[in-house]
Amino acid sequence: MIIDGTESSLRAYLKTLPPVDEVGAHARAAMLATRSIKTTSKSWAIDMAISMVDLTTLEGADTPGKIGTLCAKAVRPDAMDATVPSVGAVCVYNDMVKIARTKLDAIGGTSIPVAAVATAFPSGRASFAVKAQDTKDAIDAGAAEIDMVIDRGAFLSGRYGEVFEEISQIREICGDKAHLKVILETGELVTLDNVRKASYLAMLAGADFIKTSTGKISPAATSPVVLVMLEAVRDYYSLTKTRIGVKPAGGIRNTKDAIKQLVLVNEVAGPKWLTPKLFRIGASALLNDLLLQRMKMRDGFYAGPSYVTLD
Amino acid sequence: MNPFEYAPALESTSIVTIKDRYGLFINGKFVAPKSGKYFPTINPSTEKKLSEIALASTEDVDLAVKAARVAYVKVWSKMPAAERGKYLFRIARILQERSREFAVLETLDNGKPIRESRDTDIPLAAAHFFYHAGWADKLQYSGNGSGPKPYGVVGQIIPWNFPMLMLAWKIAPALATGNTVVLKPAETTSLTALLFAEICQQAGLPNGVINIITGEGATGAALVNHPGIDKVAFTGSTEVGKLIATSIAGSKKAATLELGGKAANIIYDDAAIDEAVEGIVNGIFFNQGHVCCAGSRLLVQESIQDEVLTKLKERMALIRLGNPLDKNTDIGAINSAAQLAKIKELSAAGDAEGAERWSPACNIPADGYWFPPTIFTGVSQTHRIAREEIFGPVLSILTFRTPQEAVEKANNTPYGLSAGIWTEKGSKILWTASKLRAGVIWANTFNKFDPASPFGGYKESGWGREGGKHGLSAYLKASN
Repeated sequence: MIIDGTESSLRAYLKTLPPVDEVGAHARAAMLATRSIKTTSKSWAIDMAISMVDLTTLEGADTPGKIGTLCAKAVRPDAMDATVPSVGAVCVYNDMVKIARTKLDAIGGTSIPVAAVATAFPSGRASFAVKAQDTKDAIDAGAAEIDMVIDRGAFLSGRYGEVFEEISQIREICGDKAHLKVILETGELVTLDNVRKASYLAMLAGADFIKTSTGKISPAATSPVVLVMLEAVRDYYSLTKTRIGVKPAGGIRNTKDAIKQLVLVNEVAGPKWLTPKLFRIGASALLNDLLLQRMKMRDGFYAGPSYVTLD
Repeated sequence: MNPFEYAPALESTSIVTIKDRYGLFINGKFVAPKSGKYFPTINPSTEKKLSEIALASTEDVDLAVKAARVAYVKVWSKMPAAERGKYLFRIARILQERSREFAVLETLDNGKPIRESRDTDIPLAAAHFFYHAGWADKLQYSGNGSGPKPYGVVGQIIPWNFPMLMLAWKIAPALATGNTVVLKPAETTSLTALLFAEICQQAGLPNGVINIITGEGATGAALVNHPGIDKVAFTGSTEVGKLIATSIAGSKKAATLELGGKAANIIYDDAAIDEAVEGIVNGIFFNQGHVCCAGSRLLVQESIQDEVLTKLKERMALIRLGNPLDKNTDIGAINSAAQLAKIKELSAAGDAEGAERWSPACNIPADGYWFPPTIFTGVSQTHRIAREEIFGPVLSILTFRTPQEAVEKANNTPYGLSAGIWTEKGSKILWTASKLRAGVIWANTFNKFDPASPFGGYKESGWGREGGKHGLSAYLKASN
């Protein structure tokens, strides 16, 4: 046991974490962004990235029709090419879970999990009773993955115990029915020291994944943030022999960005994390760019946006 | 087996045209050497010949110095300073425009990874010209009096580790201050200097202001000893630096010497460990460790040595050694057979003296000169690998218990070029820096260079500074 569950032991442990030097972390991320991924490794990376996409719609305007088309795209991203893998998951709001699950099952997507954002996403500003109910509803509706948000207000005012407690209780509600992804909303935590602290806090409280952002706040999944989170899961593994996943979300819009993420995974956490089980990319627009680049690798020329489906 | 093994991503060499043979660049033209002799230059990553280069004799050196003198007296010393500045700006811009050509040629001739020549050497070389271009007409504000004067003709000798960057460090301040130049590049890496001669022609620089003579040690000695030289600027080994100091003693020649180093990189227990590990890697494995200011002695606080060592080994396993033209290569080829032999000899001494050697598994190419990234643990101050400059990708790891001990060990060397300090505590950075006897001290970073920042050493690491206002002063005679 790293901590005994009390707030004082948590606080004491978080204090032992080495600091992050912002300049150095940015420099490391920038250096890794110069990696040049070509030919066979690019093809491999594109397919891997597609299978890691959590295809997401989190809009007030979401309708059953919109969710239905998103699910169809998730199962068969490229209508013209059956060799394209399915995406990692479909990510929707609580009330759309059942619709998504039903649709996926109906069109051969039984293996694709539905992820639901929960705990008063995106701000997390609600009573715990509401957050718990939000989570239960999603699981009852068939969500196999819960993307919860942490209480950033509590974190920033130093009430780590409260944040920890909330994650632990949501973990309990998820049980073995749902994977738990904990959204740190790094754009609001601001410093990389906070990112490291929050990552450990979430892992200690039982997260299966740590996730950068809601997608509603900018900046979102910047490379230095992902770097620090990947270092956290790598070091947590050497402490506990447990591999925690990482999910950058928000701001990863094209193939180049996605491949940079995979390079970070490869050279920071290590190749063992190069699987949808341990790395996901929360995105919507990204998928079409991956498909266009895949066609380019296959055909030798670029197809236009008319050759990929809208959603 | 990693499924994400990066496919080769080779930089194209089609942008570079290498001639079969190069003459000497004297008085604005390429001329055949009076010696009639040429010697080969090779690609150290393949051992294949790239070209043939002229071997300048004493007679050739004399012609070059005379051309520089005529250019100084008739043209360069009479030109308005703002006009001189324009030439420097022009050179800087052309260098930027042709940066990829220079980067590829540097990598072919030197063996360094294209990532480094492309992202560090050539951009920094251009930055040096831009920086000094701005000084040309403002020398009266440089702290050298109201009318500082140039020396006249300067003889410059540069090393093979950063051929183009060292050329820029030498030529840019010399021209900005109104001196003319005879420069000798290192015998294994002359090609970018010869391409730079083409830039001088392209920029319309008056004939004789820059002369580039190629050759070996004897050529350098002829240049240093030539009576027509007013100032010597040298970057290279301490051994040769001492020879130069001896040979110019008693003459009126001024000198700046940029020599060896055995820098301590001090990691305190309150450092940002992940970034410190990056700093260690950058400190010693950047440019195959062919860096005079390399962080070749790691001083790590005993309480965190296991953690640092574990992380360092994990990180070193990711270093990609191989074809320098591959954009993903981190460590390229050792520059020459002679240098490789020296690295092997000193590493063997480390084994013999009881230090423990470790390198990650890596594929060494069949042809060319290569040495894997290597660390030695259990090193003590008395070991040769803790005292002598290896000038290769070899790190000696020592430990300390208190800040006082760290400083004593760091200073216990005949060198004093650079040092690194890693701690999150600002007061500790300031305390340590004030005690260290080194010309350049980096805090929470390493191997950062900027034309505005002076660079140079204490003790056997050299005389004088290069870069910034201090470096400018080294090319000026101060006035009232």
